[in-house]
Amino acid sequence: MDFTLSEAALMRRQMLRMVAEQLMRPISRQFDEEEHTEPHDFFNAMWMASKSNKDATSIGADSKSDDEKGSGPKQPRESTLLAAVQIEELSWGDAGLYLSVPNPGLGGAAVNAVGTTEQKERFLKHFYDGEKPRWAAMAITEPHFGSDSKQVATTARRDGDEWVLNGTKIFCTSGYRALELSDGFIVAWATLDKSKGRPAIKSFIVPSGTPGVKVTKLEDKMGIRASDTAEITFEDARIPADNILGTEEILETGRAGFKGVMATFDATRPIVAASAIGVGRAALDFVKETLAGSGIEIRYEASPEEMTVLEHDVLQMEAQLQAARLLTWRACNMMDRGERNSREASMAKSKAGLAVTRVTQKAVEILGPMGYSRKHLLEKWMRDAKINDIFEGTQQINLLIVARSILGYTSKELN
Amino acid sequence: MIDIRLDEDQQLILETVTAFAREKIRPAAREADESSTVPAELIAQAWELGLIQASIPEEFGGHGRSDSVTGTVVAEAMADGDLAIALHALSPRLVIDPVLHLGSQEQKREILPRYCGDKFVPGSAAVMEPRWNFSVTSLATTARKQGTEWVLDGQKSYVPNAAESPWIVVYARDEAGVVGAFLVAHGTPGLEIGEREKNMGTRALETYEITLKDCRIPLSARLGADAMTMLRRARVAQSAMAVGVAKASLEYAIGYAKERDAFGKKIAQKQAIAFMLAEMAIEVDASRLLNWEAAWTLDQNDAGVREVALAHRYASEAAMMVTDNGIQVLGGHGFIRDHPVELWARNARGFAIFEGIASL
Repeated sequence: MDFTLSEAALMRRQMLRMVAEQLMRPISRQFDEEEHTEPHDFFNAMWMASKSNKDATSIGADSKSDDEKGSGPKQPRESTLLAAVQIEELSWGDAGLYLSVPNPGLGGAAVNAVGTTEQKERFLKHFYDGEKPRWAAMAITEPHFGSDSKQVATTARRDGDEWVLNGTKIFCTSGYRALELSDGFIVAWATLDKSKGRPAIKSFIVPSGTPGVKVTKLEDKMGIRASDTAEITFEDARIPADNILGTEEILETGRAGFKGVMATFDATRPIVAASAIGVGRAALDFVKETLAGSGIEIRYEASPEEMTVLEHDVLQMEAQLQAARLLTWRACNMMDRGERNSREASMAKSKAGLAVTRVTQKAVEILGPMGYSRKHLLEKWMRDAKINDIFEGTQQINLLIVARSILGYTSKELN
Repeated sequence: MIDIRLDEDQQLILETVTAFAREKIRPAAREADESSTVPAELIAQAWELGLIQASIPEEFGGHGRSDSVTGTVVAEAMADGDLAIALHALSPRLVIDPVLHLGSQEQKREILPRYCGDKFVPGSAAVMEPRWNFSVTSLATTARKQGTEWVLDGQKSYVPNAAESPWIVVYARDEAGVVGAFLVAHGTPGLEIGEREKNMGTRALETYEITLKDCRIPLSARLGADAMTMLRRARVAQSAMAVGVAKASLEYAIGYAKERDAFGKKIAQKQAIAFMLAEMAIEVDASRLLNWEAAWTLDQNDAGVREVALAHRYASEAAMMVTDNGIQVLGGHGFIRDHPVELWARNARGFAIFEGIASL
């Protein structure tokens, strides 16, 4: 058992702390107030940094460099854990800007998980080439569903050596940047035949510039405003036949492709939890600093008689945050060891989303007029926090997954 | 590098002790609570398991691994069987641990072998005091130095095995305000053992109120200097037991919910119940992880004030929530003593209160 961060983790955390303090915090308020403007300097700085350290921030890229560098005995993998540490730090800086970092994102993760060698070559291998930042994104949600992902109604019809896509996607993070601001791509779920349900749902790689694909709305959000959240419309959008994601085998066996992509959620759920924790920690750090500035120190062993409400509240916040963090690290450990971690990933995600929602709400309350004012970033962090309770699987969906797991129930038995 | 799991030895200990707790301790739990008696033959069997001897280093007759993390594994597994029986079976550590961590070589040589014999010998520690505003950081029990003696004065409550244990480790505040651990041998003048207490839970455990009135012990009977780290270790062990009791309640509720029919389905298939169980499972795991971190931090260098405080607070609250929900899932049946869930909730209420009773 070990609760110390490795050298690699400490180094990255330190590096990203600098990014957070120097590149993110100074522009946080601006890109929160000026939603739909692009922080180009930030994009370029992060792009250049990512090119020289490919696995610095992206979930999708195959991050082998640190783990397998150097001589000596083989180091155990810790890439998921490292990602969690990094993402916590970046989100501590600014969660919206973290989501805006040009990288393969969830689209890249999907290609990495179930793509053919040729697809990985075509879409991932040269992702970081060139001076211009690039994004990839994942488009699943449609106006009539979010959690119930088998309700995909966007259609894909085969026509000669092309697929023709028709439909609408909403809530696509970085959809605009992937399709219109850069030479990127999205991975969109579409159905070959709605009457056949889940087995007919496939993923399709849609590059930027595809005719018939348009970003039709940029959402105005409560928080993470620096991140673009796009509505995308497909009107007879045509993509090459070999842009259907996955091998022939995956496509023929029906469920496997769907499952493969769902399995990426076991990796991404702890990552989103880590991001949430970063936001929560920003709030907690600010509360403690402010209290310390007024001479109030939190005593961990004060008796109930002596303990102030403030100390009690801060201790609760700290405990909830640490609980979420340890659940997240556990899920990361398991992923790194190649162990199935669906239950643990969902535990981490549901706990983190709710805990951080409450931690940030409480932080604003504790700091009263300071908390409520836009002179400080705290109110923004509360607005940024909430989405973590919702995207990448809502708290309720993740609780459902945990429940099925502990009860040994299928989705038919418990829904 | 972050690695949040037990090692192979600890895993084996977990499996062995869990099997014993489920097969032997659990079936005896209800009767023990009703009769306020821990069955002696069960304690003898627990002794055979060698858990106590395993916490004593070889040079003193044991076969020793006394780190806090392993202690939490044992404590959680035993409490999963029954809290009162676990507290009694592990009570020797109320004496062993302070001696091991704070005592001199002489004290270790004198006391530890006593707990490595072929029979169970109970242990005892006096931490809590009979007032609503008790806290370890403001003990009312005092220790005054007078010549070649310490003079102890005060009242303690919830002292397990006070009447049977050869020593009671009494926690008192010295004149400098430092919390000390003082070895008080059975029969010392000035040590008065009161009537056996009646408690809300852990009824099978024999606990006593004791009074120290001008109780004089040799200077050498103080174990080390500052005993706060010992009390933190105790909190960690207690929190582990909280996880064990909560886990028992969760698993029992899952079993019941999968069998019980209502509105055309098993109640486990209804979201209200399913979500309650999922939240219970998350809190059990979260408590355990926080407590492992606290135990591990203590083992590194006796550090961990923050980690221990967070884990203790969290695990106590979680155990109360989980055991309360354990009753709730069973509905009316949860209120009846035919099922163990009400016992677990009564037991769990103690975790926010005991403050170091389970010094394991």
